Amino acid sequence: MAEPIKKDEAAVDVTAVEAAIERKVDRGEPILQVRNLVKHFPLTQGILFKKQVGAVKAVDGVSFDLHQGETLGIVGESGCGKSTVAKLLMLLETATAGEVFYKGQDITKLSGRALKAVRRNIQMVFQDPYTSLNPRMTVGDIIGEPFDIHPEVAPKGDRRRKVQELLDVVGLNPEYINRYPHQFSGGQRQRIGIARGLALNPEIIICDEPVSALDVSVQAQVINLMGKLQDEFNLSYIFIAHDLSIVRHISDRVGVMYLGKMAEIGTDEQIYEHPTHPYTQALLSAVPVPDPEARANRERIILTGDVPSPANPPSGCSFRTRCWKAQEKCSQEAPVLAVPERFKGQDTPAAHSSACHFAEEKQIVPVH
Amino acid sequence: MTTSHVTADVPAQRGTDGETPVLEVRDLHVEFKTREGIVKAVNGVNYSVKAGETLAVLGESGSGKSVTAQAIMGILDSPPGRVAKGEILFKGQDILQLPEAERRKLRGPKMAMIFQDALSALNPVFSVGNQLGEMFRVHQGMSKKDAKAKAIELMDRVKIPAARSRVGDYPHQFSGGMRQRIMIAMALALEPDLIIADEPTTALDVTVQAQVMDLLAELQAEYHMGLILITHDLGVVADVADKIAVMYAGRIVEQAPVHELYKRPAHPYTRGLLDSIPRLDQKGQELYAIKGLPPNLLKPPTGCAFSPRCPKAQDICRTELPPLVPVSEQDGTELVGRVSACHFWKEQIHG
Amino acid sequence: MTELTKSDAGAGTAQTAAVPAEAEPAIKRITQWGEIRHRFMANRLAVVGLIIVGLLLFAAAFAPLLAPYDPLHQDLANTLASPGGEHLLGTDALGRDQLSRIIYGARIAVIIGLASIFLACLIGVVIGALAGYFGKAIDSVLMRVADVFFAFPLLIGAIVIIIVMGRGVAPVVISLAVFSWPTVSRLLRSSILSVREADYVLAARALGAGTTRIIVRHIIPNSIAAVMAYAAFSVGSAIVAEAALSFLGVGVSPEVAEWGNMLSAGRDFLGVKDYLWVYPSIAIVLTVLGFVFVGDGLRDALDPKLR
Repeated sequence: MAEPIKKDEAAVDVTAVEAAIERKVDRGEPILQVRNLVKHFPLTQGILFKKQVGAVKAVDGVSFDLHQGETLGIVGESGCGKSTVAKLLMLLETATAGEVFYKGQDITKLSGRALKAVRRNIQMVFQDPYTSLNPRMTVGDIIGEPFDIHPEVAPKGDRRRKVQELLDVVGLNPEYINRYPHQFSGGQRQRIGIARGLALNPEIIICDEPVSALDVSVQAQVINLMGKLQDEFNLSYIFIAHDLSIVRHISDRVGVMYLGKMAEIGTDEQIYEHPTHPYTQALLSAVPVPDPEARANRERIILTGDVPSPANPPSGCSFRTRCWKAQEKCSQEAPVLAVPERFKGQDTPAAHSSACHFAEEKQIVPVH
Repeated sequence: MTTSHVTADVPAQRGTDGETPVLEVRDLHVEFKTREGIVKAVNGVNYSVKAGETLAVLGESGSGKSVTAQAIMGILDSPPGRVAKGEILFKGQDILQLPEAERRKLRGPKMAMIFQDALSALNPVFSVGNQLGEMFRVHQGMSKKDAKAKAIELMDRVKIPAARSRVGDYPHQFSGGMRQRIMIAMALALEPDLIIADEPTTALDVTVQAQVMDLLAELQAEYHMGLILITHDLGVVADVADKIAVMYAGRIVEQAPVHELYKRPAHPYTRGLLDSIPRLDQKGQELYAIKGLPPNLLKPPTGCAFSPRCPKAQDICRTELPPLVPVSEQDGTELVGRVSACHFWKEQIHG
Repeated sequence: MTELTKSDAGAGTAQTAAVPAEAEPAIKRITQWGEIRHRFMANRLAVVGLIIVGLLLFAAAFAPLLAPYDPLHQDLANTLASPGGEHLLGTDALGRDQLSRIIYGARIAVIIGLASIFLACLIGVVIGALAGYFGKAIDSVLMRVADVFFAFPLLIGAIVIIIVMGRGVAPVVISLAVFSWPTVSRLLRSSILSVREADYVLAARALGAGTTRIIVRHIIPNSIAAVMAYAAFSVGSAIVAEAALSFLGVGVSPEVAEWGNMLSAGRDFLGVKDYLWVYPSIAIVLTVLGFVFVGDGLRDALDPKLR
């Protein structure tokens, strides 16, 4: 519940952190660098005297960069750890190991004032617009809360105007300021959540399944809004979702997660047109294509079985239990996320990071 | 059938003309009494399914697609809900006229339903084998031992690995995909003529979704059942349906064979739904979005319920409710199985 | 895009009128309390309960003005007078006016009912909040303590306390409070446990909100509703328990005008002078129903999801 507090608080120089995060990052330069991020949730037994009997390896060594101004999509099935990654980046969970560098500063060790300063710049949009807004606060109080917490952002007399401006920016009537969340539809609530995320003028917004709870016809509205805001406010997005076509639409680069690990990462074209990891290939082939003509001329890889439990992942490559290419080597040696040997130095879209011993290209998505 | 001018491989034409449909819904109206007034959830729905045919009912939340299914199954929450008007013909017989005891006998042996959330649809305190076997014990008076054997056989049918050793397990011991298979097994147990699947794969992961949909399609073909697939996902529909009924605000706004609907929608709402799917060639551009919000059924808009959101709405759309009319080619030849509830369907389909 | 989303907002006013407030033409400030009051008043039983409770409080506050006689005055020439005439509800074996005793009895009922529940809530809220918010070992220890008090039979516990402290109002209040706080703390704890995992609490943490802010702005307002409804509800049961203690002779002193005492005195004339126990019983039943109705109404009115 409490903020993650690190013992070596004194070691972090608050002013140095504040100076570092003031720095402007050029477009395309890395703004967030994640290195070997690990989160294990202990499994305990006993009521009064708890003893650890194992761990759920929700996130197990994930590394990636987020560049300024881009959208990095993260896809994967339930239980792959993508939402835990979001919480770790938001410092809502304490990482078991690994670092998150924001403009070169490791933010996982921060606390107090430095942490608060970082929070101003990294914000989040939640999945469920029905539970992410406090039902007992008015829209004005919800969107204005960031200013109460960070009073330096907006002087007191200015707040009402600021909140109304934000409502306008997300396409809601500024006169709705005194209403309660239950008086809005799902799409409108998600706009309120986005307005709250924008209030502090952040640089990074982490979106955890921001449209999956919305009706189809409303999803497109919210996606468009997010695209517009990205241009207007020069935002960098991490867009976590399970809907592959929406992720492709909005993302510049895409990472595919499986069982707490990154299976493959690359530009949207590399991942969608030239996937080399068998899991990515299976995932893409399983997506129902809203075009009955296309179903005839595409190959479908139907995986057998279910995702193994993250409390007890398979040895070696975690995908090997469902993989049609698995060999002896896969159970002994965990593949590293890197450009596969066979594609190294080649000028081909298949030359991107993929954690598979037997990475090879396979055409999956029929060209529209 | 021979007169059909649609190519023979279009699955919608599979049923023989003249054959009585397994299910026919006629002018169905369902209302709910709430504190704020009467909500008209279903306002005159017509559709039919033949044996071996898959009808997909597509709609957003509040479109009335699930309420229609509940009315068919006779599991409508009433009160507050009630069927205000209409007929539900099961093999030609209006089941709304039947006494409750008779209707109960239909559920299971004649028609069955698969729900979205298998975990809450299965009883957590009984083993899976017990719940599967119950179908046989109650409806066919089988002995406990025979029922258990049948349960194992069914679990094998839906491809649950190690069925014999898992028959005594409880629902929470299965994964989401396996639980959905058990739901399918339960629905299939008495080999009904009609299965209604309400968002059967929405709660599942993509890779598991594909497995379950395939299984359902395979079993449907084998048992030659009618299948009503209720969903909001245009992708799922494209893969399995023969014909599609699109619902909006408690009405069917368009119905068509699956290929035709995707190629040439005859209603602006269908067009909008199809256009708002992200496509490759639109990358980086704005997605097409249907403006506005789904209607409030307490106070539906006058005229066409879609008119406040429709890019092509004219004055007539706001005053006059468009009837569901057959759709034809430009030269007047009828397009079999196609209807649209739009004043301007001609402009919509022929550009 | 701007135009498009604007029309979305516009359509919202026109269409999402599923909410009463949306139907209102002008945007006016609907306060939280205003809405709760509105919902409470729309509930007929709750209003009936409120009227009963109001009458009870009125009787308690103005007992000396309302009561026709001194409730302790013994008119020995006029004992066991039947209802009607000079004594509207009759007199008891010592010639005391029944009506006056019932009116004065409201005072004891109100004082003991409110004070004991207030005290129980005070203990229960503090302990429940600590257990719910901090969890882990603190939670385990506090909840085991609560279990002990919960498991202890109220009457036996009360008798022990009264033997130690002597008879009177204060010992009754204390013994009732001591044995009813565990329910309050359990309620609050479970409600805090669910609220503190809510996304809006996460959202507040992500904004950098401190612990105090999270507790005061987010957790308390969303978890206290259950306690408020329960408190209103249990004032009624506290009054019954208090009457039971007096009836058994371990409550307030027997000469005090109190409903349990009156029942106890009426017991000797069961089947002979039934008015002696019927009227105090009616007072007790009405009072309990009043608080139950108010509690039910509060519970519904405080739930933001029920509209």
